[in-house]
Amino acid sequence: MKTQMNSLILRTTGHFLLPLLLIFSIFLLLRGHDEPGGGFIAGLVAAAAIALYLFSMGIKSARQVLWVDPRNLFGIGLTLAVLSGVPAIFYGQAFFTSQWWPIYLPPFGTLKLSTPLFFDIGVYLVVVGSVLTIVLTLAEAEG
Amino acid sequence: MLLAVLSGFLLAFVAPWLARAAGRYSGWLLALLPAGLTFWFASFLPEVAAHGSILFEYPWVPGLDVGLTFYLDGLSLLFALLISGIGTFIVIYAGGYLADHPDLRRFYVVILAFMASMLGLVLSSNLIALFVFWELTSITSYLLIGFDHEDEKARKAALQGLIVTVGGGLALMAGFVLLAMAGGSYELAELLHEGDAIRDHALYLPLLLLILFGAFTKSAQVPFHFWLPNAMAAPTPVSAYLHSATMVKAGVYLLARLNPSLGGTDAWLLLLSLFGALTMFTGAVMAIRSTGVKRMLAYSTVMALGTLTLLIGLGTPTAAAAAVTFLLAHSLYKGALFLIAGILDHETGCKDFRDLGGLRGKLPVTAAVAALAALSLAGILPLFGFVAKELLFESVIGAPWIVVAPVTLLALASAVLIVAAAAVVGIRPYFGPTVPTPKHPHEAPPALLAGPVTLAALGLLFGLYPALAEHQILAAAARAVHGAPVELNLALWHGFNLPLLMSLVSLGLGLWVFSRWEFVRARFDRHLEPRERFGPERGYELFMEGIVRISDWQTRLLQNGYLRYYILTIVITLVALTGYTLLTRYPVVPTPNLAGIEIHLLAVALMTVLAALFAIITHSRLGAVALLGAVGFGVALVFILFSAPDVGITQVLVETLTVILLVLVIFRLPGMYALSRPRARYRDSGVAVALGGLLVWLLLLIQETRFFPSISAYFIENSQPLAHGRNIVNVILVDFRALDTLGEITVLALAAVGVYAMIKLRAEDRQK
Amino acid sequence: MDTIMALVVGTLYATALYMMLRRSIIKLVIGLILLSNAANLLIFTAAGLTTGAPPLVPDGASAPVGAVADPLAQALILTAIVISFGVLAFAVVLIHRAYEIVKVDDMDQMKDTDT
Repeated sequence: MKTQMNSLILRTTGHFLLPLLLIFSIFLLLRGHDEPGGGFIAGLVAAAAIALYLFSMGIKSARQVLWVDPRNLFGIGLTLAVLSGVPAIFYGQAFFTSQWWPIYLPPFGTLKLSTPLFFDIGVYLVVVGSVLTIVLTLAEAEG
Repeated sequence: MLLAVLSGFLLAFVAPWLARAAGRYSGWLLALLPAGLTFWFASFLPEVAAHGSILFEYPWVPGLDVGLTFYLDGLSLLFALLISGIGTFIVIYAGGYLADHPDLRRFYVVILAFMASMLGLVLSSNLIALFVFWELTSITSYLLIGFDHEDEKARKAALQGLIVTVGGGLALMAGFVLLAMAGGSYELAELLHEGDAIRDHALYLPLLLLILFGAFTKSAQVPFHFWLPNAMAAPTPVSAYLHSATMVKAGVYLLARLNPSLGGTDAWLLLLSLFGALTMFTGAVMAIRSTGVKRMLAYSTVMALGTLTLLIGLGTPTAAAAAVTFLLAHSLYKGALFLIAGILDHETGCKDFRDLGGLRGKLPVTAAVAALAALSLAGILPLFGFVAKELLFESVIGAPWIVVAPVTLLALASAVLIVAAAAVVGIRPYFGPTVPTPKHPHEAPPALLAGPVTLAALGLLFGLYPALAEHQILAAAARAVHGAPVELNLALWHGFNLPLLMSLVSLGLGLWVFSRWEFVRARFDRHLEPRERFGPERGYELFMEGIVRISDWQTRLLQNGYLRYYILTIVITLVALTGYTLLTRYPVVPTPNLAGIEIHLLAVALMTVLAALFAIITHSRLGAVALLGAVGFGVALVFILFSAPDVGITQVLVETLTVILLVLVIFRLPGMYALSRPRARYRDSGVAVALGGLLVWLLLLIQETRFFPSISAYFIENSQPLAHGRNIVNVILVDFRALDTLGEITVLALAAVGVYAMIKLRAEDRQK
Repeated sequence: MDTIMALVVGTLYATALYMMLRRSIIKLVIGLILLSNAANLLIFTAAGLTTGAPPLVPDGASAPVGAVADPLAQALILTAIVISFGVLAFAVVLIHRAYEIVKVDDMDQMKDTDT
């Protein structure tokens, strides 16, 4: 079975939807602390977007558009998630106690920079990396 | 104190490198630590003699209120001194004895670790810590008995020792837990004052039996005595250290330690004194029957351990005094004798008394030391062994009336046989005609002689000045065993009395037995050999065979290789146990709650159920994938309709990806064929319906009753104030329970690695 | 409505178990998927069903107004869904690989470890 489907509609939507969905996933990630969203959901959206691209454009273009190996992504994500627990130690608190450094950016409002945000980004990267590793290796095994 | 206990472990870590650096003098170098510890412990002597006990406390897991506490009183100090003192000579001795052994460095590691464990055992006040150290001594003992790991006999003996002592350890742990329940504390320092509460507790008898089982196996009491002589497969320094002076006394230590808490009841008196007396007599008989040097010493150790158990069981002040005196005396002379046995083996290459003779000219120092130690073993003036033996006789004739007759007779008979054994040990190798030996004997080097000379000299010193030992340590030790101050009045000469008469009788008869050793042995052999097929060692073998047979049978039954039988077993057990508990403990019929039914909710529920049902009867793979998708989206709708937007979105996305996954793989799997027979299908549907029904029942009950409030209230209230987040689910995931999430994303990453590895491995297979 | 949901959970469990007890390996995969859905729904239902009150704090407030759905169960299920996808992928690939090597789809013929 081939993974690339020769459908014009799918190809066109794949081209346009990918950047939109990726931006949407980052939006979901950043707002996750206050509204529905977060690292898991955002990661799944991003992974699904690339899986869609995979079906429309084929495995090679999907690899190219990713520009990193998804295996590295979950490694980085796990490292980031673990590191986000470290700062608390320097404040004499238990591992993973959250730390907050809000930054005031005049036109946009306040950016809530914090260790849970970094942790959530780590979750995001692990989800994207793992799901894509699974899907891409399976798709390649087809070829 | 913490450092003192742990220093042995620390040194064990670096011992291989130190030993390599020190070369021939490695033993002397490493012995500095036990020697230092000996002096350090000795510095506590005046304080313990004056105050009785010192408690050291260190926090360990402060969050759980678990501390490391060390309790130093006369008894633990006596043991600590013996362990570190004899340990010093053992390490020096091993440096000479095993000088050419390729595994000498490994030996240092284990023996130092053992020494540290043993110190921990006798000094711990916390029962849990004591138990951990107890097991550590069993494990290090296993490694040391099996030190010669290329010898099958040594491996077998090591395993036997391990199984017997660890089996006892298991009982001991249960006993400790019960003891802590009865006494209300895990601290020995507190339990020692709770004696009355413990003795009146309903659990007293079970906990006593469990603890005695642990102590008896460790201290080789009848019927578990068989492992100790077999443990002589270990190198001689190990036999001298573990299986004579220290480890086997751990059980005795425990009994003595717990005497104030558990002792004083009829059960304690009968169990300890009768088992002790039997062990004493058995050890003595077996000792005189043996011809191997180490084997005879091992059985005489069994006899000594029995004696100690008997004395602790009697519970009189005299018996407590006799126990600690005998303990010290035995450690001194038996340590020396074992080391001499090692010298004989090392210098002549012989391990049997019948192959030795006339060595006094070649090994004058060894002969003199052996004579001193053997005199102490026999209990002859003016050695410390005599003092101990007098006290032993005084204790047994002053025993409670119920046991006085058997213990006195057995003690006298054992004494006769041990005098004969001592004569064999002290006279046979050195006098008489010279017997040619495989090696040409020379006097042993200083490293080998240092230990026996010192130990035997101490035996003589304490014999001549018993008050020295009494004031320094034995009075405090006896007080710790008895739980109240004890008058010792140790002296060589008490005038003519009954104990002295018994001593003389045992001496005379013992020498007569020695003169007719071969005849006596033949007599015993003729009577005992046919019965040995039914001995406890045979019981151990049958037990081990039984275990193998049972495990074989249950492996065939449970590990049958059919996945569905595993699942069936698990599910039927689950349904039966949960169902039984629900019906017996909570026999309420839940009322159906049909409030709030809306047509769209009902439609979603119906769609999910129908999709699941069709998924199990379809024969088309694509159809199954589509139906599973329908189930997944139905569940997602349920999440969204019941106020779980995050979960709903996640479910939709995962469902999409699952369909992609299945599309990628499922067509390369075989089709869906009906393979089971109809009967199996009926059975499986029955079990499946039972499980479904049970869960419906359970859920209805859960919905009806809340036994305690959800812990979510905390998260709901503090999400915004503490974690500055308004999406409570996300706050729980990335802040409150971040560590859990970390574990979960790790699982996800591992699954991805697994998939990747499996597929890439296959690709490599194909290339080949 | 609670009773209806309990019945749904029970049905999902029963179908999942029935499929897992079959000898064909592909039916095992289907059973696994059904089982993870059933388990998630079980936890969700056991925590209590609430309509129209998601566990969100309104902007500007410090705590939600009135009772909201149990956020803890939701957090549990959310991660469980994602993990079950990973585990499912692993199981499917494992089964596929086993099938490739042994070339039988009947699990009764897969019971030896040394094929």
